[in-house]
Amino acid sequence: MSERREQAASERSEPLGEAVLWARGLTKIYQMGEVEVQALRGVDFALHRGELLVLLGASGSGKSTLLNIVGGLDVPTSGQVFYSGQDLSQADDKELTNFRRRNIGFVFQFYNLIPSLTAAENVALVTDIADESLHPRDALALVGLSARADHFPSQLSGGEQQRVAIARAIAKQPKILLCDEPTGALDYRTGIAVLEVLERVNREFGTATAVITHNAPVAEMADRVVSLADGRIISDHKNPARKSPRELAW
Amino acid sequence: MSALDKKLFRDLASLRGQVITIALVVACGIASYIAMRTAYDSLITSRDEYYEKYRFADVFANLKRAPRSLAERIENIPGVVEVQTRVVERVLVPLDKLPRPVSGTIVSVDRHATSQLNGLFLKEGRELDPRHPDEVILIDGFATAHDLRPGSSLPVVINGTLRKLRVVGVALSPEFVMTLAPGQLTYDPGLAPVLWMNHAALEAAFRLEGAFNSVTLRLERDASRAAVLTELDMVLKPYGGIGSVARDKQQSNYMLSGELAQLDSMAGFVPYLFLGVAALLVNVVLSRLVQLQRSSIATLKAIGYDDRAITLHYLKLVSVIVIGGAALGIGVGSYLGRLEMHLYTDQFFRFAEPRYVLAPSAVIFSVAISVASACFGAWFAVRRVATMPPAEAMRPAAPARYRRSLLEVLGVWRFLTPVMRMIWRELSRRPLRLMLSALGIALGVGINVVARSMTDSMDYLIDVQFHRSMREDLNVTFMNPVPRSALSSLRSIPGVHYAESLRSVPVRFRSAHQYRDAVIQGYSDQQALRKLIDDHAIEVSVPEHGMLLTEKLAEILGVRPGERITVEIREGDFRETSVTVAGLVREPFGLSGHMTERSLARLLGDTAPISTALLTVEPNAVESIERRLKTFPTVASVASPQDFKRQFNEQSAAIMNVFMFIMSLFATIIAVGVIYNNARVALSQRDRDLASLRVLGFTKREVAAILFGEQAIQIAISIPLGLYVGRALTIAMMTNADPETYRLPVSISAQTYVFAIGVTLIAAVLSALLLRRKLDQLDLIGVLKTRE
Repeated sequence: MSERREQAASERSEPLGEAVLWARGLTKIYQMGEVEVQALRGVDFALHRGELLVLLGASGSGKSTLLNIVGGLDVPTSGQVFYSGQDLSQADDKELTNFRRRNIGFVFQFYNLIPSLTAAENVALVTDIADESLHPRDALALVGLSARADHFPSQLSGGEQQRVAIARAIAKQPKILLCDEPTGALDYRTGIAVLEVLERVNREFGTATAVITHNAPVAEMADRVVSLADGRIISDHKNPARKSPRELAW
Repeated sequence: MSALDKKLFRDLASLRGQVITIALVVACGIASYIAMRTAYDSLITSRDEYYEKYRFADVFANLKRAPRSLAERIENIPGVVEVQTRVVERVLVPLDKLPRPVSGTIVSVDRHATSQLNGLFLKEGRELDPRHPDEVILIDGFATAHDLRPGSSLPVVINGTLRKLRVVGVALSPEFVMTLAPGQLTYDPGLAPVLWMNHAALEAAFRLEGAFNSVTLRLERDASRAAVLTELDMVLKPYGGIGSVARDKQQSNYMLSGELAQLDSMAGFVPYLFLGVAALLVNVVLSRLVQLQRSSIATLKAIGYDDRAITLHYLKLVSVIVIGGAALGIGVGSYLGRLEMHLYTDQFFRFAEPRYVLAPSAVIFSVAISVASACFGAWFAVRRVATMPPAEAMRPAAPARYRRSLLEVLGVWRFLTPVMRMIWRELSRRPLRLMLSALGIALGVGINVVARSMTDSMDYLIDVQFHRSMREDLNVTFMNPVPRSALSSLRSIPGVHYAESLRSVPVRFRSAHQYRDAVIQGYSDQQALRKLIDDHAIEVSVPEHGMLLTEKLAEILGVRPGERITVEIREGDFRETSVTVAGLVREPFGLSGHMTERSLARLLGDTAPISTALLTVEPNAVESIERRLKTFPTVASVASPQDFKRQFNEQSAAIMNVFMFIMSLFATIIAVGVIYNNARVALSQRDRDLASLRVLGFTKREVAAILFGEQAIQIAISIPLGLYVGRALTIAMMTNADPETYRLPVSISAQTYVFAIGVTLIAAVLSALLLRRKLDQLDLIGVLKTRE
């Protein structure tokens, strides 16, 4: 594990590497009854090796749709998504499931923990089906929850539950970590603590991380910030320097 | 239509899978209730109307001979309203096409008599013309069996003389709804002819001019039957009276009552069971369905609906489902009820004008039970949510609390995967719910066992009676007891391998005020072809001294082993004597006493003549032997256990099988309904967890394994429980039934258990297939956006 950390650190020192995941000309139209809702209107997108990306946008801007498509939870109406040369837009359900299983770690606004399993067991749920994974207790140690490993979700605070969700996401050592409003349900202090964990995971493991938020100040912790509005990318810029989550304020 | 009512119909549409299965469960409960109850009630009503309209007598008595003037004395007995005197005799009916001899009853008819009890329902043809002494009216069952119609010629041996009589009418009589020919165990209309003939002609044939040998009475409504019977017996004694009987022990009515009691044992139990099980399951399922509407209920409250309006809304929802099911149930139930009634009246209970009655009380009762049970379940579920402040109710239910169980403390836990742990914790968190679900499925399994157990008992009975007890190929019943030497003439008939005797003596057993007309069987020392077998199929040996009594008969008479019982013999010198009850035997069939031939002869003080001969014969010589026996003037009838078995299978068993098939079908639908709904509700409750797992990379198959794993465990618990419940219910049903004709032993075959298990497993697989589709369509994205 330490070797991997060193290697990741050396990669981090290089300029942002090549894209691990990229998409071209994505559109997504939802058929809501008789009304068509165009959630994405031709989006080109790339997530690079080791970077921490923040996707910024108001509610309804299309950022969740984009994340769901690149995470293999949804398929685009048109356009292509590539991961390691595989065209995900052509993949069937089985291939998408396999893609998520091997490569993607998800963190959600409402944690989506299984209430009947303890923290450690929730993590084990994923490590059981992954090829190369951390020990659930090591993953929990990484998010600072060693002491709470045997607690059930109902015995944990919201922040703790979200950290369990992060431990669950990173335990299988995914190439990509996708986080949809990870602080959305949390208060400021707890939210900062969660962002610190995400930042540390990105820094130490070099996991390419995309964080969705509608909360503009969070963008300051990113390598790169992509803003969406009305289904289009309106800006894509690199931060000169990443701020530590502790320095953020909102 | 109010917005709330629109919601009602939308909800019904979106829940259609569950709505349909629940409605079907209700329909099955109500249909089986209505079918069985109304069929039974209609048979009773039809019988009562028949008896009433055709003036079925209240008292019957036979005697040797009395002058007709004695009728006046009988009329003077207090309580007697009407007296009908007549001649009733036994005749042989040697039909050419029937190889075996058939004996029947001939009854005199006096159209000009003042009293017309036991009237005939003329189905075809006309009344007798007193000017033609050779005319007869024939009973419908026999006429139909042998294709005899008005105009047919009928050979009849009357008092030893063969005569050709002319059939002028075909009729039914309340007195002969079911009749047993001598030597018969089962009612076979084709072997039990009844003829009606002009009284003058019949009196002349039996040299009974101006006399009678049978009398029937109609009594005042509130007359004391016992007093009339005693008085009548006293009046008839000098004329060879052999004891009068009230209507309840008149042979046809007694047998009919026995069959109806048998039917009642089911009709008084199974319909309530099905209705109750369906109502209970609907209660549980609907209460869970309503619980899933938690956030809707909270929202309705939040926007200003009061608890009453909300409760009413959900009561309407469940009522629509239940009433839809009830309408179907009433339709199907009354159709099946009518069908079942006609199955009986067409081939078994020949009533003059059977009438199907769909009693409003049966409809109201069954619908009320179902609606009440469903509404109670819904009301309870709504109240649980409605009593919370809306803000709290709109939030998702607090994260479920889980505790470590005993299993976790033990080492086993380490070997379980997280998925297995999920299943275990989910089930162990709410053991009550698990038990309730398992019990629901178990009831579905149980009623399947009950539905088929009746057939098992019948099969068992047939096996015991016709394979183990009656081992002869043919049995020959004589008109009157004949000397033993008759056996050698039987043995000399070509094709007869072996012949042995059996003595059956008609008697009246009496103990204090209780009495029953039955027979005593006398067994020889080397009795090989007739075994006394108890209801557990164990051979019982007949004691040298005293008599074994059917346990049920001893119970009726209130006697115990060691006590003496009065026996009035109904043949020979009609003596009255007494015998010690040496022991009891549990027989599945009939009421009898069993003695050795020797001690029976001692009791009767005779030379041990024989009344029945049992034969084993060359299989292909049966017909020639029967034809030969037909020429013996002493032979009343020839029967074979194989015929009884066939007859039994065609009547009781056939009707029972139709009925059991329907019940099994209903039980199966109920099982499917419960299992499907159980799983469907589980899916609704767990869809968020399952979708989360799908997002994390679990395959559809892996996620399905979690949901179906839980269901499988429930079913695994419910199956043994259900088999146990089924057995217990069967025992309860059989105990409820204790008629005098059959006492079906509780015998549940392995096939029945296998069938019940199979149905459950098929229901489970079907539900799984139906749900698999829903499971595959889990909304992976929606689930991430909301808390619940």
